[in-house]
Amino acid sequence: MTITGQPVHRRLGMTDEEYESVVGILGRDPLPAELAMYSVMWSEHCSYKSSRAHLRRFPTQAPWVVVGPGENAGVVDLGDGWLAALRIESHNHPSFVEPYQGAATGVGGILRDVFTMGARPIALWDQIRFGPLDDPKNRYLFGGVVAGIAGYGNAVGVPTVGGEIEFDPTYAGNPLVNVMCLGILRQEQLVLGTAGEPGNVAVLLGKATGRDGIGGASVLASASFDDGSQEKRPSVQVGDPFEEKKLIEACLEIFEAGLVAGIQDLGAAGLACAISEPAGRAGVGMDVDLDSVHVRELGMTAPELLMSESQERMMAFVTPANVESVLAIADKWEIDSAVVGTVKAGGTLTVRHGGETVAELPAASLADDAPLYDRPYSRPDWLDDLWEIPEPSSIEPVDALLQLLDDPAIGSSAWVHEQYDHMLFLNTLSGPGGDGSLLRIRGTTKGLAVSTDGNGRLCLLDPRRGAARLVYESALNVAMTGARPMAVVDNLNFGNPEKPEVMWQFRESVEGISEACEALGIPVVGGNVSFYNETDGADIHPTPVVGLLGLADPIPTHLPGLSRANAGLEIWEVGPEATGNLAGSAFQRVVEGAHRGRPTAPQPEAAKEVIELAAALAHQVLVLHDISTGGLAVTVAEICIASGVGAELWVQPDASLFSEDPHRFVVMLEPGTVTLPGGVARRIGTVGGDSLEIGGHKVGLDLLTNTYREAIPHRMRG
Amino acid sequence: MRTAVVVFPGTNCEHDVVHALRSLGGEAELVWHRETDLGDFDGVIIPGGFAHGDYLRTGAIARFSPVMSEVERMAAKGAPVLGICNGFQVLCEAGMLPGALIANRDLAFICRFVEVEVTDVSTILTRSAEIGQRIRIPLNSYEGNWVDPGSGARMVLRYVDNPNGSQGSAAAISNAAGNVVGVMPHPERASDELLGSADGLVLLESFLHSLVPA
Repeated sequence: MTITGQPVHRRLGMTDEEYESVVGILGRDPLPAELAMYSVMWSEHCSYKSSRAHLRRFPTQAPWVVVGPGENAGVVDLGDGWLAALRIESHNHPSFVEPYQGAATGVGGILRDVFTMGARPIALWDQIRFGPLDDPKNRYLFGGVVAGIAGYGNAVGVPTVGGEIEFDPTYAGNPLVNVMCLGILRQEQLVLGTAGEPGNVAVLLGKATGRDGIGGASVLASASFDDGSQEKRPSVQVGDPFEEKKLIEACLEIFEAGLVAGIQDLGAAGLACAISEPAGRAGVGMDVDLDSVHVRELGMTAPELLMSESQERMMAFVTPANVESVLAIADKWEIDSAVVGTVKAGGTLTVRHGGETVAELPAASLADDAPLYDRPYSRPDWLDDLWEIPEPSSIEPVDALLQLLDDPAIGSSAWVHEQYDHMLFLNTLSGPGGDGSLLRIRGTTKGLAVSTDGNGRLCLLDPRRGAARLVYESALNVAMTGARPMAVVDNLNFGNPEKPEVMWQFRESVEGISEACEALGIPVVGGNVSFYNETDGADIHPTPVVGLLGLADPIPTHLPGLSRANAGLEIWEVGPEATGNLAGSAFQRVVEGAHRGRPTAPQPEAAKEVIELAAALAHQVLVLHDISTGGLAVTVAEICIASGVGAELWVQPDASLFSEDPHRFVVMLEPGTVTLPGGVARRIGTVGGDSLEIGGHKVGLDLLTNTYREAIPHRMRG
Repeated sequence: MRTAVVVFPGTNCEHDVVHALRSLGGEAELVWHRETDLGDFDGVIIPGGFAHGDYLRTGAIARFSPVMSEVERMAAKGAPVLGICNGFQVLCEAGMLPGALIANRDLAFICRFVEVEVTDVSTILTRSAEIGQRIRIPLNSYEGNWVDPGSGARMVLRYVDNPNGSQGSAAAISNAAGNVVGVMPHPERASDELLGSADGLVLLESFLHSLVPA
C-alpha cells in the first residue's frame, strides 16, 4: 500500500478536507511537526471522529461514577474510601502484523491507562478472536498472541485472570485482541490527566524514545488491511515489561507522596497526545523542548519525536517545588526521566527542536477541533434473508455435545490460561475457566467481579439484541459470584465505517448496550472503538465486547464453583424457558455449519429478576453456572467435567438443549436446603454416576472430559 | 525475629510473601536490592518475579546486586535463606545452591496447582512437615526445570507428577546444611483456603520456626 507522489498529509492518513481545517485553525500551512501532530490526534483511533456522535447515546451517569468516559480510565466508588479504575482497549491491527509484540504492547498500554489514574492495576482480562485453527497461519497468530500476553503480563507482574476466546473465519484476516484492566485505589490517590496550573513542569518518565510505532494510531490502527500490510511492521511498537514494572512502582510511589498535579500516559499518538490533551483539559498552554527528550536513536526529527509510540513512558505534571523529589524517585526505581516542558497560560502549545520553533498551535485544537463525521448508515438488505427461520434440524444430543466440547472456543481454555500468571497478589478467588472472575480487596469484605463477553455471530444477525444480550450475560456472570452489576466498559470492534451497513451495525450495537445498561441501572464509564477491521474489503462481524464490573459485599463465605458438584445434588434450571431458538448459537456454527435466524430478544424484567436471584443464591448453593455458549447441555457437561461426577437430565433432547436464549443459569444444591421460586425455576435432574444422561441418551464422563481437555491442544499440535 | 524480603527491580511477589508471613505472626520487611546491611534481620526470603527483567539468564544479573553479598554472609553463618521461584533461580546463579533452572520441558509458562511430596524434614522449609506429606501448591514459572549434572543437592520437595522435566522431579532443593533452600512452587499462594489451598502454610511456618536471633 505504498503511496508515492501523494501529498504528505494523505500519506499520514489525512483527507484533503481535514488538511484544509488545519490550515483554517493555524491561518497558514502547517509545519511538518504540526501536520504530524494533527494527523495522529485526528486519526480515527484517537479522535473517534466517526463514532463520537453515537457514543453520546450511552448512559454515563450514576451516583457511584467518579470519573466517566473521556479520561484515561473510568473510576467508580466502591464505598469505604475505595475506588476502582477500569478500561478496555484493542490492539487488533498490531497483533495481526506482529502477534507477540502487538498483544504484549496492548497489555502495557492498558496498564498505563489504569495506573495513570493513581490506581494499582490488580488484574487483566483478554478477549481474543482468530480464524479457525486448522489454518497454520491462525495457529501462529493465536500462539503468538497468547505468548505475548503471557510474556508481558507475567513479567510486569499483573495477573491475567480471565477473558474469552473465539474462532471464526470472519477473523482470519483480522484477529481481535482486546484487553481489559482493573485497578484499585484509595480515593485520595486519584490523579487526572491534567497539566494543572501555569508554571507546572512536564517531566517525561520511563523508556527512551525511539522510532518504533511511528504512526501506529493513524497508519496502522485507522486503516484497512490489504496485501501490503506486512510493510506496516515498523509501525508496531516493541514492549519492555521490565521497564513498565519499574514505571508502575515509581509512579505509584510518586502518587503516594502526592507529588503530581496530573499525569498522562504515552500511548497512541505518543508525545503529541501527552502534551496536548492534558493542556487542553486544563485550558492552558505549554512550552516543550524536544531536545530534552531522552532518546535511544540519534537524528530523530521533530515529527518522529512527536509521533513515536515507544512504550513504557509517562508524562507527569509537577509543581516546581516537587521536581527534585519526582526525579529522585525515578532514580531509585532506575528509570530515566527528563524535564521537557513548562505549562503556561494562554492555551498555545509551543514546541522547539534544534533551537527552532517547530510547532505553535492551540493545544486544545488537537482534541476539540477534531473532525466529527455523521457517516451515513443503512440496514443491510441481506439481513431479511438471514432472518428466515431455518428448517428445524434433527438433534443427536450426544454427538452434538461431543462436537461442541471439541470446539476450541468451548473446550478447556487451560492451554491458554495456564500460560498466564492468574494468581499473583493472592486476590483471585474465582479465576479463569468459570463465569465471572472474583477478586478480593484484602482487609475489606468486598470482592470485585468482572466478566468480559463478546459474540460476533449473534451481533451479525441482530446487532441491537446481540449487544444488549452481552450486557445481560456479563451481569449474570458476575452475579454467579454474588456480585451486583456496577459499571460497563466496552470495546466496539467493527469494519469500515465508511460503509453504511457497518455504520448501521455500530449504531444498533450502541443502542443495544445503552438499552441494557439503562434497564440494569448501570453506567458506561469508558470504552474504545476499533474501526477498519477489514481485510481486502471484507468486514469482520460486528463484535462489540463488553467488560462489566460488579461488586460483591460481602464476598460469599463459600463461593459456588463448577467443581463443587457431588452425587445426590438436585439440578435446577432458572430463568425463562428456552424457546429452542438456535440463531447465532454455537450449535449452528459447530454442528450445522449454519448462521441464520433472528436471535431471541432480551427480556429486561426477567433479566433483572434472574440476576438478583443468582447474586443471592451465590451465598447459599454449591454450584451456579450461567447458560451461554453451547446451551444447557454444555453448561451441565462443564460442571460434570470440573467435578468429576456424572448427572442425569430429565429434559427433551431437542433444540432447547443447545439454545443460547438469555437470562438462564443452572443451580445444583443439597435437597431441601434452598427453596427456589417456582415461577422461574424448574427441577431438571440429579447429580451422580459416571456418565451424563440426557433424556435417555448417555455418554461417559471420561469421553466428555478427554474431548473437552484436548480441544485446543490437539489442534495446536497441528 | 525479622525476615528480610528482598526486592530487585522486576520482583513481583514481595507483597504476597510479606502478607503470608504476617498472617502467621511473622515479622517481615521489604529490602531494596541496593541494601548492603542486613544486620537487623534473622532470615532472608528472595521472592518470585523477574529480577532485573530476566532478559539474560534468570537471576544472572540479580546475583550482582549489592544485597547479595549480605545474603551470602547470612547463609554462611547459618541463617535461613529461602528462594521462591525467581529467588530459587537467583540462589543457583549466585552459587549458593547447586544446579541451574532451564526452560520447562514443554517450552511454555506453567501457572497451575501441582502436588508435591516432602522428602526431607531437616531443612528450613520443611522442619514442621512430615516425610511423605503431600502438599497442593501453585507453580508459576517458565524456567522451572532444575538440572544439576553434579547431582549433589538435597531433595526437599518432589513433584508427584513432574510438570516441567525437573531432574529427579525436584520441586525444592537445599544446600548441605539445610539452611539455604530453593523452592519452585509458591508457598505464599497456598496460604488461604479461599485461594484453593492452605497447604503452603506448613512450609512458611517451618521457615519462621527456623529463625534464631542474629
